[in-house]
Amino acid sequence: MNGPVVIVGAGQAGVGAAEALRAAGYGGELLLLGDEPHGPYHRPPLSKAWLAGEMESAQLTMRAPELLARKNIDLRTGVTVTAVDRAARQVVLADGTRLPYAGLVLATGATPRALALSGADVPNVLALRTRADADAMREWLDRCAAAGQPVVVVGGGFIGLEVAATARKKGAAVTVLEAAPRLLGRVLAPMLSDWYADLHRSHGVRLVFDARPASIETANGRAVAVRGADGTRHPAGLVVVGIGVQPNDAVARAAGLECERGIVVDACARTSDPHITAAGDCTARRLADGGLLRLESVQNATEQAKSAAAALMGEERPFTATPWFWSDQYDRKLQMAGLSGGADQWVVRGSLDAASFSVFHYRAGRLVSADSVNNAREHLLVRRLLDAGVSPAPAQAADSAFDLAALLRA
Amino acid sequence: MAHITFVEADGRSVTVDVADGWSLMQGATNQGVDGILGACGGACCCATCHCYVDPARLGDLAPPDDIELDMLQNTAAERRPNSRLACQITASPALDGLVVTLPDTQE
Repeated sequence: MNGPVVIVGAGQAGVGAAEALRAAGYGGELLLLGDEPHGPYHRPPLSKAWLAGEMESAQLTMRAPELLARKNIDLRTGVTVTAVDRAARQVVLADGTRLPYAGLVLATGATPRALALSGADVPNVLALRTRADADAMREWLDRCAAAGQPVVVVGGGFIGLEVAATARKKGAAVTVLEAAPRLLGRVLAPMLSDWYADLHRSHGVRLVFDARPASIETANGRAVAVRGADGTRHPAGLVVVGIGVQPNDAVARAAGLECERGIVVDACARTSDPHITAAGDCTARRLADGGLLRLESVQNATEQAKSAAAALMGEERPFTATPWFWSDQYDRKLQMAGLSGGADQWVVRGSLDAASFSVFHYRAGRLVSADSVNNAREHLLVRRLLDAGVSPAPAQAADSAFDLAALLRA
Repeated sequence: MAHITFVEADGRSVTVDVADGWSLMQGATNQGVDGILGACGGACCCATCHCYVDPARLGDLAPPDDIELDMLQNTAAERRPNSRLACQITASPALDGLVVTLPDTQE
């Protein structure tokens, strides 16, 4: 391909696609457009060490600008793409500039879902996605810790719980409002949800289940409490909103690309336009059975980025490996392999009271995923089992003395 | 602070100053070293900051914890006795002059 290639989005997927294109020998013009003021940075620490104030700004750097320059990757920050003109094969920027492309990678990420409540539009009701979000959140968090004001987290998902753990570390009182009867109910086994509830309670977090936040009570333009539908009042110096994200697919949709819960791509990161690929949180992958798979993860971003680069080079590089995720809360590292949706049987390997253990998820008798706590060895093993299509019997998974790796050698 | 020399897979070597408390992954990626990815941002979850530490200096490093040892099973390049994950090595004056060799692939 002669280029130019334009990559919209300078996060994990965008940077990955740029580097993969160069690694594959693409020598043409390569533009990497980011809408944030910073160059590429790591997002995972934002809810943890960065929020806790334990990192310097430069430690978040994903790639040094000089490295991108050496690879002739033209990074442009603070640039907003407003449209893709597919007929002319041009990307349109907010200032009207038109950039021609021969190949396009959409790596536009996702945006946190906003809390649709009256009063939510104040500075101390914050979601967490960007460095700017995290910087603002840290300011309010520090203020809460100093003034003895509680932090209320709306949504007991990964982001919310990671922020809750960090807020406790900073000494702030924390209340988590979860709409479901348990934490992380869509991903974790029930016993692991209970385990996480115990973990957070043991660190002093107040958990409220079946919560129905109805409004944000404000005073002087600041949130001071979250009001529940039942009239309960949760005082707050900071309200953290962690209720999921929406893929940034508006530009793709307006350009007529197939979009459904994200920019629809195949396993090779190709969109419905042969000149356009998409990677990362903005995508929804069409599966062989016609269903759609949305993944929000570092792995999905890096793998789809490589697939997208390959596709633009005329190669097929499907990404179908077992999905993996992680979450760090307090001193516990949760690593998840596979997709737990629809699981109907759960098997604990080891003991929930031990320092490390795993919970295996089964659907109709087959292993579909496992959650490992402080046990990277079993996490990696499950990834290999799932990649190989090997399903240990539940009794084998439950027996810590049984060598699961032997199944891979069989 | 420690002067750390990273030897890239193509033989090019880059010496950078890594501030105390920073991980070698952070020091490398922040200063233009190419052979370290650190996709997970330093959470010890991806094994894309694999490096080979000068065997003579291994004793100057805090030993790897269980999670690092386990994640080292997942490196793209060959695991050797001196394999470490750069995100788990914290710079200090004790590491001054350390030479770290990078594998030819991280993924």
